[in-house]
Amino acid sequence: MVRNKLILAAAMLSSAAIAAPAAAQNEQFIPILSYRTGAYAVNGVPYANGVADYYNLINERDGGINGVKLLVEECETGYATDKGVECYERLKGKGPTGAAFINPLSTGITFALTEKTTTDKIPIITMGYGRADSKNGAVFAYNFPLLGTYWSAADIAIQHVAKELGGVDKLKGKKISLLFHDSPYGKEPIPMLQVLAKKHGFEFTPIPVTHPGVEQKSQWLAIRQNRPDYVLVWGWGVMNGTAVKEAAAVAYPREKMIGVWWSGAEPDVTPAGDQATGYKSLMLQHGAGKFPVHADIEKHVYAKGKGASEPGKVGEVLYNRGMVNAMLGVEGIRKAQEKFGKKPLTGEQVRWGLENLNLTEARIKEMGFEGMLKPIKISCSDHEGAREGRVQQWDGKGWKIISDWYTANQSDTEPLVEEVSAKYAAEKNVQPRDCSKES
Amino acid sequence: MLYREAGQFKTTYAEDMAIFPIRQDRMALAILLGIAFIGVPLLADFDIWPFGSDYLLRAILLPFLILALAAIGVNILVGYCGQISLGSGAFMAIGAYSAYKLGTGVHIPLAWFDFAISIPPLPVLLAILLGGLTAAVAGILFGIPSLRIKGLYLAVATLAAQFFFDWVFLRVSWFTNYAPSGSVNAPTLDFFGLNVGTPIERYMLCLIFVTVFAVLAKNLVRGNLGRQWMAIRDMDIAAELIGIRPLYAKLTAFAVSSFIIGVAGALWAFVYLGSWEPLAFSIDRSLQLLFMVIIGGLGSIVGSFVGAAFILILPILLNLIPSELGVPLSTETITHLEFIIFGSLICYLLIKEPHGFARLISLGKEKLRLWPFPY
Repeated sequence: MVRNKLILAAAMLSSAAIAAPAAAQNEQFIPILSYRTGAYAVNGVPYANGVADYYNLINERDGGINGVKLLVEECETGYATDKGVECYERLKGKGPTGAAFINPLSTGITFALTEKTTTDKIPIITMGYGRADSKNGAVFAYNFPLLGTYWSAADIAIQHVAKELGGVDKLKGKKISLLFHDSPYGKEPIPMLQVLAKKHGFEFTPIPVTHPGVEQKSQWLAIRQNRPDYVLVWGWGVMNGTAVKEAAAVAYPREKMIGVWWSGAEPDVTPAGDQATGYKSLMLQHGAGKFPVHADIEKHVYAKGKGASEPGKVGEVLYNRGMVNAMLGVEGIRKAQEKFGKKPLTGEQVRWGLENLNLTEARIKEMGFEGMLKPIKISCSDHEGAREGRVQQWDGKGWKIISDWYTANQSDTEPLVEEVSAKYAAEKNVQPRDCSKES
Repeated sequence: MLYREAGQFKTTYAEDMAIFPIRQDRMALAILLGIAFIGVPLLADFDIWPFGSDYLLRAILLPFLILALAAIGVNILVGYCGQISLGSGAFMAIGAYSAYKLGTGVHIPLAWFDFAISIPPLPVLLAILLGGLTAAVAGILFGIPSLRIKGLYLAVATLAAQFFFDWVFLRVSWFTNYAPSGSVNAPTLDFFGLNVGTPIERYMLCLIFVTVFAVLAKNLVRGNLGRQWMAIRDMDIAAELIGIRPLYAKLTAFAVSSFIIGVAGALWAFVYLGSWEPLAFSIDRSLQLLFMVIIGGLGSIVGSFVGAAFILILPILLNLIPSELGVPLSTETITHLEFIIFGSLICYLLIKEPHGFARLISLGKEKLRLWPFPY
């Protein structure tokens, strides 16, 4: 009897599984690679919530992009590269036209997917992370490190240090250390910082911290001995909070620590309590806080009980970043619809949209992002679009913006981008596109 | 009735010593190989569900084949020779990185002698095999302690290999051709002018590797060397008394095992990931491989395959089933459920059948022999 029931149940389950894929055709599929578990979950969760809420907002408020509903599916990567590749393979073909684009949310997964997405013709959006040389769209046709790469971040950080010291010439003879997560993510800024160290004459010391970053005693011992003038922090997840606590333990002034934009969110400083007061970090244009778009999210998503996050966490740094990230993808699709029609688009068409994306001041205001972002213009040769950032400081309760806008110096970053991307093109037999001929 | 051997007479020594002396086994294997070598490519070619999308090939079959190959390697060391190793991930990494170096050209400047060793980029196939060979050499080196220490102590010694090589590939930028991020790209897969790019080609490539190595391994463990390994595993002092040299037996087990694991590592990096960082071969990978072998069945080649399938595919299935059924569960819940279900399944399985799936399979065969009256 029991066995018969089991067989019946199995049959019902499998028929349900076969019936499931029959979905509406006027939908644009967007995969979300996220991590809500594992060592980096504290930072992964608010980010994923921001992404999910913004897509939800587009569906709830506007009924999709020009009538094309967004169909999203999340896949848990746990920050592991092989899981990320599996998620990508699972989701890339879903929906009527396949994935519009993909956000891997991990520099390691970005590296592993770069070649695959080019073959599959699916854009890979790595907002504020990913490989810095992929700014060169002529070589990396499908990579979009929008809003800033780690090389831009390194340049902005050094600009801020110079300003605090009272001039670029004061950098000479100073000691700047980089405390970095020992993975492609943490290593990305090193070549840029080496270039800058040579140019400005400061002494640069990279200090690696192994994954996941809870063990930093010896690194901080080295810092205590060496007494650098500044410590740049390139950490993620639990590593950031640990760095702040260890700095307090060796009495290194938190005011002299500058985190990258992935090391400057609420989960990074709140566990350290008062010890974190004074800690600084870069901002990927936006910081924490609520803007007109948040009112829309509260009205159209949270009021209907469809919000992904606890309402109190809306407007945190990483939540906002997830939202901006989702918005850029949506705008890419919207732009592509101008050329290819108001229907679900393929990854190749969305790539055109992203490459011709031009978010003006007016458009940013219209979307409710005013004050969060500066205008962004993507082109064939420039897949970064904007290279601006500010610095924020934790006062014990919230992040305060303490600087004006900095723009990364293209004359510093560009030669390195050219050099490294040319090397990639040679290694992989990529024929760089002639950007003057692209429409 | 289904599995009756009555009437199958072995009249020559060759027949008696065949890998699969029973006709039903041979047929089952032939069918399996037929499906793998001909069926899957045909199904994929005609876009028949579920082979139509790349997903099954690229995200399930490809990693399954490569990890099964690595599991065979681990099984030789742990299952057949009884040397517990927690360093399999490191040997995979050695295979991957040395194949990468050989595939992109090696340049060692010897400043003292005013001389440099330069090896031009080797063909990919050669690079992969030589990558395995390098892993074998490293395996022998790290196997030397096994002559003095055993069991858990040896596991800790191999753990040292794991951490050492993790550190080396992270820190010594020569191994990554001075890539700024420490992440390296595999060279294009050209085999004798044939570019292996599509998922089905990659699948076939791995399938050939796995089949060849599985047959070689199976033959090896049935032969003189395998018997030496098993004697060492069962009781090393007794083995020594009957004239087996522990030095030779243990080091060959380390060499063969590391060779296979190294080739698997090179395939994992070149064919599956395409671009990788040392984290891809971390301690988690070593543990995963060890679990595959334990669950699949220590000392069984078939068990390596079943174990790899179980460890790799079950979590994916657990992940897929709720979403395919349209059950609204958050990814967080699914992942946590996955850990719970997976953990309890492993506990249950090992309590019910400590010898793993391989033992279950042979029990099944025994029952089929007596079918329809099994006892």
